[in-house]
Parts: sequence; structure tokens; C-alpha cells
Amino acid sequence: MAIFLTKESKVIVQGMTGSEGQKHTRRMLAAGTNIVGGVNPRKAGTSVDFDGNEVPVFGGVKEAIEATGADVTVIFVPEKFTKSAVIEAIDAEIPLAVVITEGIAVHDTAAFWSYAGQKGNKTRIVGPNCPGLITPGQSNAGIIPADITKPGCIGLVSKSGTLTYQMMYELRDIGFSSCVGIGGDPIIGTTHIDALAAFEADPETDLIVMIGEIGGDAEERAADFIKENVTKPVVGYVAGFTAPEGKTMGHAGAIVSGSSGTAQAKKEALEAAGVKVGKTPSETALLARELLAG
Amino acid sequence: MDLFEYQARDLFAKHGVPVLAGEVIDTPEAAREVTERLGGRAVVKAQVKTGGRGKAGGVKLASDPADAVEKAGAILGMDIKGHTVHRVMLAQTADIADEYYVSFLLDRTNRTFLAMASVEGGMDIEEVAATKPEALARIPVDAVDGVGVEKAREIVAAANFPAEVAEQVADVLVKLWGVFVNEDALLVEVNPLVKTGDGRIIALDGKVSLDGNAEFRQPDHAALEDRDATNPLEAAAKERGLNYVKLDDGNVGIIGNGAGLVMSTLDVVAYAGEKHGGAKPANFLDIGGGASAEVMANGLEIILGDPDVKSVFVNVFGGITACDAVANGIVQALELLRGKGEDVSKPLVVRLDGNNAELGRKILTDANHPLVEQVDTMDGAADRAAELAAK
Repeated sequence: MAIFLTKESKVIVQGMTGSEGQKHTRRMLAAGTNIVGGVNPRKAGTSVDFDGNEVPVFGGVKEAIEATGADVTVIFVPEKFTKSAVIEAIDAEIPLAVVITEGIAVHDTAAFWSYAGQKGNKTRIVGPNCPGLITPGQSNAGIIPADITKPGCIGLVSKSGTLTYQMMYELRDIGFSSCVGIGGDPIIGTTHIDALAAFEADPETDLIVMIGEIGGDAEERAADFIKENVTKPVVGYVAGFTAPEGKTMGHAGAIVSGSSGTAQAKKEALEAAGVKVGKTPSETALLARELLAG
Repeated sequence: MDLFEYQARDLFAKHGVPVLAGEVIDTPEAAREVTERLGGRAVVKAQVKTGGRGKAGGVKLASDPADAVEKAGAILGMDIKGHTVHRVMLAQTADIADEYYVSFLLDRTNRTFLAMASVEGGMDIEEVAATKPEALARIPVDAVDGVGVEKAREIVAAANFPAEVAEQVADVLVKLWGVFVNEDALLVEVNPLVKTGDGRIIALDGKVSLDGNAEFRQPDHAALEDRDATNPLEAAAKERGLNYVKLDDGNVGIIGNGAGLVMSTLDVVAYAGEKHGGAKPANFLDIGGGASAEVMANGLEIILGDPDVKSVFVNVFGGITACDAVANGIVQALELLRGKGEDVSKPLVVRLDGNNAELGRKILTDANHPLVEQVDTMDGAADRAAELAAK
């Protein structure tokens, strides 16, 4: 099963002809992703050769969908043009848009998020500033390394890219149903809650690991959601206990403002919802193992 | 990036928000001429990026130019909640009849923008929100629709502004929205927004916070940065394009890849430090996905140059980056630094995991650098780095 992304997914890449786009399209193809096209209005009608695999370039998302039946787009276009790329994807009503680009101005994200709502939320947005998502053994939409782990019964949702990889690695022998990197920006499309709901409904997921970090109240709201709606065991990890107030720690959204957004508050909220929270990534992985062993 | 009041005032003026005349000075003597220009009287206001400066004595009325020199002298150098006053703004005096509050900000929870307005301005708005929540109107603002006259009137009505100022306040709100959008702000706040005795509406004090991610289309914003207050190590790191934050009271230098992993590394080192004489992380440094030798050398140079650092923990998970490239980066970085005559004498604990970890570890083992020690797990490496720092 998996969530959001399966081997049936037909993936296009906006910004495929750029250097990052090319590099990661090659990696996605190698992971078995069914990449059916790229988008670049200036190179429409051409194609790009990826080790013998000719991927056609279309002038727009709508055109690409019409020609290929694509239902996922992965967006690598530079931050200046990301807003219009996402809006194009929303206009084309593609079911899933994965926005990898980092360094997007909050006003741009707020605008495309609002626009998606005005258009009836027909497009699920993951990101921006995220590593994307992977369903091991089936499909990889983004930049998560595909060879860390195998298919399995753990669902993972995380604000952080490298902590996603770290957790996949720690639990590589068990494997994952899907891993979703939602990104650490102040405004993101798909949230912890969206992924938790999907994993709860996914028959192939037995346990959920959620990774949070300082800033905002997404983890607190996820805790409320877990209390009411999640029956599967959830293990949590929160990064940023030592982060000073008022400093942005790498991710634009990772900032403690006054007394809000602290790691301690998030940990407490999750624990109050029955989530086992690890002190370190390794301890978190150990908690997941213990719960799965029953 | 938070701005000083005078910088906020400049941005307000640029977008047509009514403000009083004012000038910034950094010596008491300069107050004389400025006060004369302002008509012989002035309000002397400390420029610090913290609240409560009025209560702390950082805002004073000067009745004539000589008095302004004296007041400026008293305020310059003052310490307000740990912030030293390096500049004061001299502003025209105002005849205040009423004080209001208006702001636009990012509402992360609802993934939209928010307008807040109150006719009870002048005081700490968090206190108003806590003690009289009904006095603070909160109106969501759609990022696509923005704030035009109609939306501004809705905000004014929700906050119960008196009829005689309603249209003027609505006009200010539209212009303030212009500041918020066109300057890529995360917060624009006017407190107080005043009604003067003769019925004008003026932004008397303001706070603006700008989105650092918008620098690509806001070339003017770099000049607004407060270089005096920036930690010299942070400034040097920024010049090299490194994502670095200096932390107080730490002694373990940290380098890692990925913001989440680095934040986690700081925490794990702090836990380990509980067993090792209170060793703590000295910095946040994310070298990102690439982790080339040059980036590693730049990062190491900044961290080894921090006198607080007693040991260094390099924590890398090879995702896209392969660990052999990182290991080569470390070896080359140490050579590069030695070649530049840098003092490389602090112990480095390196943990490499993930993509090509075995190969990376072998490269470091073969290099056999006397200062480099490898530990295979993150928790174990944090423990060793804390132990070395505590020595």
C-alpha cells in the first residue's frame, strides 16, 4: 500500500533540465521511479537521455499530464520561480506536488498554499524545502537516498531531511512503508497530521515514527490528533532542546519565539498523547524496535 | 531579521505610512543640531531590539537642544535587558490624544497571515491579549487576496475604531500591508498608532521583522543588518556562506550536515555533557548536502577559531553525500588549514555513517591524523567529544 506514492505513480519533474533536476532525476530513475516527463517551457519537444532512458520534456504541467497521465510532480525550479511552478501544478490539478526547492520566501509559500485552497485543494503539496517522499521498493519522489532501507512496516514523517535518513538507517533492517519529509519551513503543505492520518489508514504500516523540531506548534497539534485518531503505536523525536530563543537554526521555521515553539513543550505534548519520545535518534529507534517486538 | 525602530520607521515612510520626522545619532553632541532641526524639542528614544525600553528609562522628552544632548548622553551606552544602546533616535514630539495598535503577521498555525488591531494601544500587546482578549481583534488575511480598502474597513470595524478615525486608520492599514508584502516582512507592527490632538493618525513606534529567505529579491535588506551586534564568528561564517549560530557557554564545536541532524547533535552533546563536567555545544553549523573539502575547511576554520571550543564533533550522515568524500574533505581541510598557518591543535571526534561509511572511515584511519578520532555512533561520538572538552 504505502501512502501518497506507489509504484503506479507517474512522475514528472519541473526543473528536470537544471543541474539539480538532472542529478536527482537520474537517482529517482535508478530507484525505480516511473518518470514520464520533465517540464521546461523553453525546451519543450526535446528529451533528456538518462543512461539510455529518454525522458521527454513538455512545455507545461497540463500538457505533460495530457500526454502521459502523470499524477505526481517533483519541483526543483530555483526559488525565484518556485511560486509560479507550484501554481502551474495546482492549475493543472495534479494530485501530488513535491516541492524540493529551499529558500522560498514565506510570502510565496503563503500565496501558493492559499491558491491551492481557493482551487479546492485538488493538489496535495509536500514541502517546500523538503527531501520529498519515498515508498521503498516502489517509487521515490525527491532526494531521499533510495538505498538506505527496504520495504517494511514503519511509517516515517519528519520535518528534517538528514534525520529522516538517520532514522531510516537506524531501522533499516525492519524497513519502511513510506517516508515523508515534510520540510522545516514556517508554512508547509502536507503536515505531520496529514501523514499520521494516512499511515493510520494504511494497512501496511504497523508503527509510525514522527520527527519534529523547534518552532511553531505543529507537533502539539499532531499530539492532539494522535490522542483522538491514531490507534497505531507512535514513536517521536524532537530536535532543538539546546536551541537559544530567537535564533533560526538552519530551517527557516526552526526558531523558538519567546516561550513558544520549544522542544520541551513539544515533547511533553507528545508524551501526554501516549507517544514514546526518544532523547536521541538512536534511543528513538530503540523505542520503535521495542514496540514492534511487543 | 528584526529591525530597529528607526529602520522600521524608514520603511513605513517609504510606503506612505504617516510617521513623524526623526533622525538617528550615535553621539550626544549630535543631538543639538538635530533637535534644532526638529523645532527645538524632541523625544529621545533608545534604539534597541527589545521591548520595555520606556520603563527602563530609554525614552525621554527633551525640552530644548541642550537638554537633548544631556538626555542622549544618558541613554547612549545604557543597558536595556542586556542590549547596549549604541544609537538613539530623535523624533518630533506629538500631541497624543489616543493610542491604538495594528499589526500584520505570519500565522504559522493557520498557514496564512493575520491582522491584529486594538483601540487599546500603547502597552504591551501580549498583556492586552492575555488580560482583555476581547479588546484585540484578530482577522485572518488571505495571502492571495491581501488587504485592500474593503478588508481594511473590516479590520477597523472588528476592532471598534471610533468613526472619526475609521477611514484614516483603514488607509494606514492598506499602506502598512504594502510594507508587509513589498518588503517580504514576517511582522509589521505599529504600537502605538496615535491620534493627535488635531485628529491626524500617525505611526509613532513600530516593529518590523523581515524574511531572510526573500533576500534574492530584496537587495536593499542586507544594508539593514546590525553588524555591530553580530557575533564576529557569525559574521565571518556568513561571509563564507555558512549556516552558523554561536551558542553561549559551550565548549564543543559542532559541524554536521542538515539542519535537523545538527540541532539533534547539539542536544546529544548537551546530554553527554551532563556526565562530563557540563560540556555543552559551542555552536550550530550546518555544512549542507555538499560537504566538500572547501566547505569543510571553511567550517573547521571558523570553529577552531572560536576560543571557547575545546573539542570538535564532526557528525555526518552520508545521504546524498558519500562519506568517503566527507572524509577526504576533513583530511584536506586539516592540511589546508595547516598550510595557512592556522593553529590546528584541538581534538576532532568524527562520526561517519550512511552512504560509503566504511570507505570514509578507512580514509580517516589511513590518514592517521593525531588529532582525529573516530567513533561509529552518534551517541558514542558525542560522549567522547564532551569528555575531551571537559579535560
